[in-house]
Amino acid sequence: MTTEATPPPPSQAQQPLRLAVLGAGPGGYAAAFHAADLGMNVTLIDDAPQPGGVCLYRGCIPSKALLHATHTIEEARAASAWGITFADPQIDLDGLRGWKQRVVDRLTRGLGALGRQRKIRYLQGRGQFTDPHTLHVRTADELTSVTFDYAIVATGSLPAMPQALRLDSPLVMDSTAALELEDVPETLLIVGGGYIGLELGSVYATLGSRVTVVEMTTGLLPGADRDLVEPLEKRLRGQFHEILLNTRVAALEEHAGGIRATLASTELDNVQRDFSKVLVAVGRVPNSRNLGLEHTGVQVTSRGFVTVDHMLRTAEPSIYAIGDIAGEPMLAHKATHEGRVAVEAMLGQPSIFDPTGIPAVVFTDPEIAWCGLTESQARERGIEIEITKFPWAASGRTITMGRNDGVTKLIVEPGTQRILGIGIAGTGAGELIGEAVVALEMGTRVQDLHLTIHAHPTLSETLMEAASLYYNQSPHYIARTSRAAE
Amino acid sequence: MPTEFRLPELGEGIAEADVIRVLVHEGDTIAVGQAVATIETEKATVDVPSEVAGTVTSIAVKEGQTVSPGTVILAVDAAASAQAAPTAPTPEAQPAAAGSAPTPEAAPQPSAPAQPAPTPVPAAEQPAAPAPHPAAPEPATANAAPAQPATPPPAPAARSGAFAAPSVRLFAREIGVDIATVTGSAPGGRIDIEDVKRHAREHTSSAASTSSYAPQALPDFSAFGPVAREPLSRFRRTVARNMVTSASEIPQVTLFASADIGAFEAVRRAHRDEASKAGGTITNLVILVKLIALALREFPHFNASIDMQADELVLKDYVHIGLAVDTDRGLAVSVFRDADKKSLAELAVDLKGIIERSKANTMTIEEMRGSTFTISTLESMGIGHFTPLVNWPEVAILGVGRDTDLPSYENDELHARRRWALSLSLDHRVVDGADGARFLSWLVNAIQQPSMLDAGGAS
Repeated sequence: MTTEATPPPPSQAQQPLRLAVLGAGPGGYAAAFHAADLGMNVTLIDDAPQPGGVCLYRGCIPSKALLHATHTIEEARAASAWGITFADPQIDLDGLRGWKQRVVDRLTRGLGALGRQRKIRYLQGRGQFTDPHTLHVRTADELTSVTFDYAIVATGSLPAMPQALRLDSPLVMDSTAALELEDVPETLLIVGGGYIGLELGSVYATLGSRVTVVEMTTGLLPGADRDLVEPLEKRLRGQFHEILLNTRVAALEEHAGGIRATLASTELDNVQRDFSKVLVAVGRVPNSRNLGLEHTGVQVTSRGFVTVDHMLRTAEPSIYAIGDIAGEPMLAHKATHEGRVAVEAMLGQPSIFDPTGIPAVVFTDPEIAWCGLTESQARERGIEIEITKFPWAASGRTITMGRNDGVTKLIVEPGTQRILGIGIAGTGAGELIGEAVVALEMGTRVQDLHLTIHAHPTLSETLMEAASLYYNQSPHYIARTSRAAE
Repeated sequence: MPTEFRLPELGEGIAEADVIRVLVHEGDTIAVGQAVATIETEKATVDVPSEVAGTVTSIAVKEGQTVSPGTVILAVDAAASAQAAPTAPTPEAQPAAAGSAPTPEAAPQPSAPAQPAPTPVPAAEQPAAPAPHPAAPEPATANAAPAQPATPPPAPAARSGAFAAPSVRLFAREIGVDIATVTGSAPGGRIDIEDVKRHAREHTSSAASTSSYAPQALPDFSAFGPVAREPLSRFRRTVARNMVTSASEIPQVTLFASADIGAFEAVRRAHRDEASKAGGTITNLVILVKLIALALREFPHFNASIDMQADELVLKDYVHIGLAVDTDRGLAVSVFRDADKKSLAELAVDLKGIIERSKANTMTIEEMRGSTFTISTLESMGIGHFTPLVNWPEVAILGVGRDTDLPSYENDELHARRRWALSLSLDHRVVDGADGARFLSWLVNAIQQPSMLDAGGAS
């Protein structure tokens, strides 16, 4: 490679440091913006026309737009119990899709403008490393060489598609295709009871599909505490046609204009069922192939994750990695935070990735959200905990909303009374978790929440009530055991 | 039921150690007291004796890992309780299915060893820091040590689980305080910013301080030519920190002198038999240790430490002479305890033990602490005068250079006299140059007229 690719020593450089960010998702664009704000000379590379990545184009944002729209349908239906009856909704799929697209366009164009204001060079194309200081970027009309002092790999993840389910048919969708909302199939099989399957399943079910969910493990949302999943599962069992646990999809084939699925479990011995369409949502895999990482010292695990340390440094000193490609959990907000750490670390600041908790939110109805230690993790690791749980049935606010299916629980360290984890199930849990994360990250003790005035009547009171319940001092719920407040 | 063996306390103020070697394997049967691992602390390399007996069912640490008291080292199945009644409900294994919901990172337990598989192993926990043993007797480890070229340079350890707000954790990183070693004063043990500041202040008076030392950013050396990086051993890191403390905290002055050691021969002869009976040899160094011990009794300000926080001088009513020893791993200080009260023969035995144990790397942490004055010798290396750095928080250090035959006029006659090159560095906050001159000339006189040793001084 050319010799001028050699970077100047950072501390003596007259020129600003050159940073190349490969991938413009919530990790990559946030890192690029932060680096530009700190004075670096930034090139941001992505094959989409604007920054945004999977999150904005094919993930969080479009799915939330659709979930918001279908939630309105659910609310309207529920209103008949309150004496307000609406006619059945008329669903204009083009209109719904158009609205979703406008949301995406508005946000991604906004990001593009924010990048330009920061004088970030945006290259639309695919980048490959050719050595530890050079990327070759193939744009629509040329091959450009980008030399850098530092690079951040933020290429995210792709929907996983197991070999057995790989069928070259438009009737078998991944989450990207499902978000295109081409039609509302009469029957829809969803493979995978994780958050992606359940969120998209809710959208299609509300729009009129008969949804069957097949999950390989013993329960929906593996990893989440069972008592948080329970209110959701109860509601989904009414909304979905069927939820099959401990069940595997052994094969898919096209049959009579639809898809024939072979299901296997202890009860079902290779039973065949026909569906109009199938959504495969069995997780995501890191997008670490074809990046030219083999031309650098970057190490990649057998599962495809790039190995990084607490400063997001890879084994190649000039290259950092953030977001989905740098490890679980694959969440946009984790990537954004890592982007900040990576940029600060390369500038010699004492930043490390050191969260007490990373919030996880499932945007179903009801929503489920948690952060920090979960009850099941505590049990697995043999960590002694105390649990205090406030059922939403005892909250005035939830009754006024006609939605008292929910629970707020605190996981507490005995002795110190420090809050180690918080889990919430119920309408709005995704917003409520914000207070919970602040509490967790600040090292809040139960008593602090108990003694903080929360607005009435709001759902946030359930956090305070759960804390008060720890001392058996909840005005609205009487616990069986008591504990003296300090 | 497997019984866990956790790392016991390592001594006051020792919060962590690196595992150098695991000495047992799964399936081994071990006894109480059997060494199961070799660890390196800031001060020494020590073997960890097991407190449990039985068959090793699992080993929870790996070489290079940083451990602290309480970390599970291994688990054994005590033979007697093997195959006992069904144990408590087994926690449901986390389903590893694709399609799992995101698992939030939690692990607020500082010592939780089991990371979920997909999480990349942080550098701090990778086997990246084997102690470099270039001249170690074991050829196997000598070969194994440098074989980690592709590992990223070590990052500050992650301290997920610190009971403190993010701003407090950042502050601790900024001033170089490991938040895991800070004791919180808020209810429940929560750490606030004042706790971090207090910790930093207090640990300015203990050898491992890094407070207020922010290393300068380095240039990118690869711009000038190829470079390699190797991790610093914990030992080297400790030396580095201590030297920074000495150089930055202590305004130092060094005085040079030379002393005729011709009279030592008589002393050696007088005490030779007594020493060899006890198993030691009277060397020049043994005599010097004794004379310095007596000098420190004569000049108590040289056997002190300054407390700038309290504006007080801490005068020590004991005399422990440290000897800086060049080991395979670097500089180590071994201590002659109560050197003023010991006979030359006893000190000779002490010296023999120090040399043997430092060669074998079996020095215990306790015998490396508590010195009140240090001797650094480059005598055998052919160096003359030099400027040793005071071993903080002591007041002075004596550098001993080579002995040389120098011309000396006595009664108009020229004689060859064997003279030692002595260099005394002192803490100018505690004593002045003139005090140092008095101390040093007292010592030179004592070396040249060591009869005081026989006049009762050497009790």
